[in-house]
Amino acid sequence: MLADKDRIFTNLYGFQDWRLSGARARGDWDNTRALMADGPDAIIDVVKASGLRGRGGAGFPTGMKWGFMPKEPKEGRPNFLVINADESEPGSCKDREIIRHDPHKLIEGALIAGFAMRARAAYIYIRGEYVRESETLFAAVAEAYAAGLLGKNAAGSGYQFDLFVHRGSGAYICGEETAMLESLEGKPGKPRLKPPFPAGAGLYGCPTTVNNVESIAVVPTILRRGAAWFAAIGRPKNEGTKLFQISGHVNKPCVVEEAMSIPFRQLIDEHAGGIRGGWDNLLAVIPGGSSVPLVPAEQIIDAPMDFDTLRDLKSGLGTAAIIVMDKSTDVVRAIARLSYFYKHESCGQCTPCREGTGWMWRVMERLRTGEADLSEIDLLEDVSKQIEGHTICALGDAAAWPVQGLIRHYRPELERRILARKAAEAEPLPVAAE
Amino acid sequence: MPKLTVDGIEVEVPNGSTVLQACEAAGKEIPRFCYHERLAIAGNCRMCLVEAKPGPPKPQASCALPAADGQEIRTDTLTVKKAREGVMEFLLINHPLDCPICDQGGQCDLQDLAVGYGRGMSRFEENKRAVNEKYMGPLIATAMTRCIQCTRCVRFAEEVAGVEELGTVFRGENMQITAYLDAALTSELSGNVADLCPVGALNHKPYHFESRPWELRRAPAIDVFDAVGTNIHLSSRARQIVRAIPRINDDVNEEWAADKTRYAIDGLYRNRLDRPWVRREGKLQPVDWAEALAVVAERMRAANASVAAVAGALLDAETMAAAKSLLRSVGSDLYEHRQAGHATPTDGLAALRFNSGIAGIEEADAILLVGTNPRWEAPLVNTRLRKAVKTGSTVFAIGERVDLTYPVTWLGEDLSLLGRLPAEVAERFRGASKPAVILGEGATLVEGTLGDALDFANTFNLVREGWNGFNVLSTTASAQGALMLGFAVPGGLAELAARRPEVLFLLGADELELQPFAGAFTVYVGHHGDRGARVADVILPSASYAEKPGTYVNLEGRVQISERAVFPPGDAREDWSIFRALSDLLGTPLPFDTHDQLRARMYAEVPALARINAVAPAPWSVPVAPTGASGRATLPVQDFYLTDPISRASPTMRRCSAEILHGQTMAEAAE
Repeated sequence: MLADKDRIFTNLYGFQDWRLSGARARGDWDNTRALMADGPDAIIDVVKASGLRGRGGAGFPTGMKWGFMPKEPKEGRPNFLVINADESEPGSCKDREIIRHDPHKLIEGALIAGFAMRARAAYIYIRGEYVRESETLFAAVAEAYAAGLLGKNAAGSGYQFDLFVHRGSGAYICGEETAMLESLEGKPGKPRLKPPFPAGAGLYGCPTTVNNVESIAVVPTILRRGAAWFAAIGRPKNEGTKLFQISGHVNKPCVVEEAMSIPFRQLIDEHAGGIRGGWDNLLAVIPGGSSVPLVPAEQIIDAPMDFDTLRDLKSGLGTAAIIVMDKSTDVVRAIARLSYFYKHESCGQCTPCREGTGWMWRVMERLRTGEADLSEIDLLEDVSKQIEGHTICALGDAAAWPVQGLIRHYRPELERRILARKAAEAEPLPVAAE
Repeated sequence: MPKLTVDGIEVEVPNGSTVLQACEAAGKEIPRFCYHERLAIAGNCRMCLVEAKPGPPKPQASCALPAADGQEIRTDTLTVKKAREGVMEFLLINHPLDCPICDQGGQCDLQDLAVGYGRGMSRFEENKRAVNEKYMGPLIATAMTRCIQCTRCVRFAEEVAGVEELGTVFRGENMQITAYLDAALTSELSGNVADLCPVGALNHKPYHFESRPWELRRAPAIDVFDAVGTNIHLSSRARQIVRAIPRINDDVNEEWAADKTRYAIDGLYRNRLDRPWVRREGKLQPVDWAEALAVVAERMRAANASVAAVAGALLDAETMAAAKSLLRSVGSDLYEHRQAGHATPTDGLAALRFNSGIAGIEEADAILLVGTNPRWEAPLVNTRLRKAVKTGSTVFAIGERVDLTYPVTWLGEDLSLLGRLPAEVAERFRGASKPAVILGEGATLVEGTLGDALDFANTFNLVREGWNGFNVLSTTASAQGALMLGFAVPGGLAELAARRPEVLFLLGADELELQPFAGAFTVYVGHHGDRGARVADVILPSASYAEKPGTYVNLEGRVQISERAVFPPGDAREDWSIFRALSDLLGTPLPFDTHDQLRARMYAEVPALARINAVAPAPWSVPVAPTGASGRATLPVQDFYLTDPISRASPTMRRCSAEILHGQTMAEAAE
């Protein structure tokens, strides 16, 4: 269990003041200038050494990502940092806690990360539905500007850095990094083709790095306490602390900062008050937000919660948004609902996702009620594979995986429903007397 | 020059190529819907998936993947086959099975590729999607349920036509292509979106339910509605032209055609002159050929050499050559083609021509437009100018302010500005590596403009090694041919009128002021009952551009040949044969009995006309022209859709004019 002294987000629950004075009392903005004194490359080296992996879902090493940015931006083509606060994945709610209770961690992180990648400015793209959160963020940014922590000579470092907050309009797809760039530029949120990657040509055609809120917010603390401290938490290659968001059928749903690789059982027992109805009542878990395949109870109970273990379980850590389902859950209906979500949120740009998500949802709906044929289970799996890996962005994969997980683990349940329905329909109809 | 292997075949492709192009270089067919050579890459249909190493372990869209050295591409693996089948299935599940009633049937990419790459059966049990119908004006028929959202039309409108009036709305499977306002595109190039559409979602409305592609006979022809010389195919069924579609010619029209080119053809079957007429007691009476020709011959004999001819806008070189021969045989040299009354010197051909070339103008880095609206006078030159602007060229203009689809710095309307350009503009031209000027016909009509422009060319060194930036934008298909044939008198129409000809031939000439010729015996040789025919004393019906073989010289001096697509209606005859018959009656038979002989004589007289598809040489020489222009230029094209007898007879063009230019709304019956 993570010791309190090792927590990065010390105001996660908002018991203290989120404003600058409160943040300063917690150690934020403490001599930020000194953190930047060794230059950009030193910061990247520390982040690399800490083993920090992107907290947005894919788990790409953050330091390496920053290293892709041009070392010497060309005239008229500055580097940009874009911070992804479009937290729309069903189950995820960590960025929201950071923004509303600890916004200065994010702002300080933005300055340091921006400095490390030689960015002229950073944009925080915040989900449109986060109305109060964006109000807090706007106020916090204004505070930072007023205190000289942003702008010309940011935090006394001699570096000029601006930070803009942009509110989205509530499209899930705008959480995809290139769709986010399109949206920031004022266009419809449709993912771009890669290559070119954002580090080469991103926002307004300039080199850009897109990072998750959590990845940025942990950076100042890593620099203050050292890479070794961060790397000592968790298993190798899965180092650090992580915000877990536990929802669903637990006694005390919560967002909690814990060490990476904490076993699932320990995480739930210590922070979420256990599974509703006891551990025997656990059916399945979606461990990383709606887009990763579910994992049945027996496989996940003792699994360490980190990127590599969950990948080996053919699922993923994603954003660590843990959705717990007990045995009262209609698992087919749950996944059908997710299919509807992806059908609704598909941008419609490329064929497999546009046409396939609707098809999958319709088949899922019939599987839910059993009004399907046994062969349609294979058909559904085939269709999901026809989407996976064939689309411009990862939304196609995200739509396909939950369905694939369901078929992998619950095929007998699907078959049972179809057969039960068939049996019910086979009963002779009462014939009216003439 | 990256070198890569495609299915084991090693190919080397130019820098900046995509994997799709590399595959084509290796002789592999890559199916595609959204990719188009002349549009930006969208990569959204996902049909062109291939396997690429190095790269992620999933198929890649070859249209968007840059070709790189040492890449290994596979197009023949099971993964690729399955990926294509999958995409094909997705495209088809919501595509209606209405090929039997779809105009695109037989020329449909989706049909063809479904046969080649589909699975041959359907697994889709759900209901198909239906999409609300859209209205896109008088030229585009829509069936949006058939749309596969490839966005070619959207990209064309935005990139080439320069009107951001098409786009996508809604998301996911509800995504639709729309013109937003249910109105026609305000572009002269809108018909191209129907050609680009790989399915039957956007079709040509005038061609709607007309014909099947396999029923058509296609003749390669040249468009005559402007001076660009767009390469087209005229498709005919039985004796009627049913459509005109562009042929690819990168030097001229790339693969686009203007709307007038495509849709004015229904004017070929309306208001036609299909028999000779003679005016008696003030009224035109139908007669037969022998009688009509006899009347004309009698008048010509009486007039001796006092015979003049004015060539119209749509004429081929052969017709003018034959007419010129006839006039020369009676001793007259009164022939002219500049109906607007230009009297500019005609001795220096290069000073009246688009010297940069249609493709060449893309390279110009500073361009001055003088009294011209290229968007209407030559839409496909305007697309080139738009390309030039996109690659960093600056455009200045003197004249009436119009929307040219790209940013233009308007200097003012007075032509005297040409002689006193603002300092910063002059600076821009002085620093340009390929400066150019484009003079409109409206500008050259104002005395002094041509001279001023030649001075401008001299001051800023527009003609230099490997570059000639002096351009006159002709608006008529006959103009450059007529100039090469010498079908002009130095003083223009005014001189013709001053010589008081007793017999005046109007060769499809309908745009000239006839008042100065009052009293002349007027013979109209043409194909439409338009302004000229209305005042004529004798009408000799002739063939339109679709009904005769002909040579046309476009505004840059490119000689092109058009073939006969159909025969003239009724008693109408090919123009040259009319002059040949007349010469017989006059007792001085012209020395040609066939079209080929006429051509041979024409080639002998002007050898440059024999070099087909080449730009006729015109060495740069500066003619003596008056200078000191002032005042405003009137744009020669006042209504893009109604410029000549054929388009004025076309119901489609009239409707376009009313709806697109004059904002009339048209009630349309439900089908």
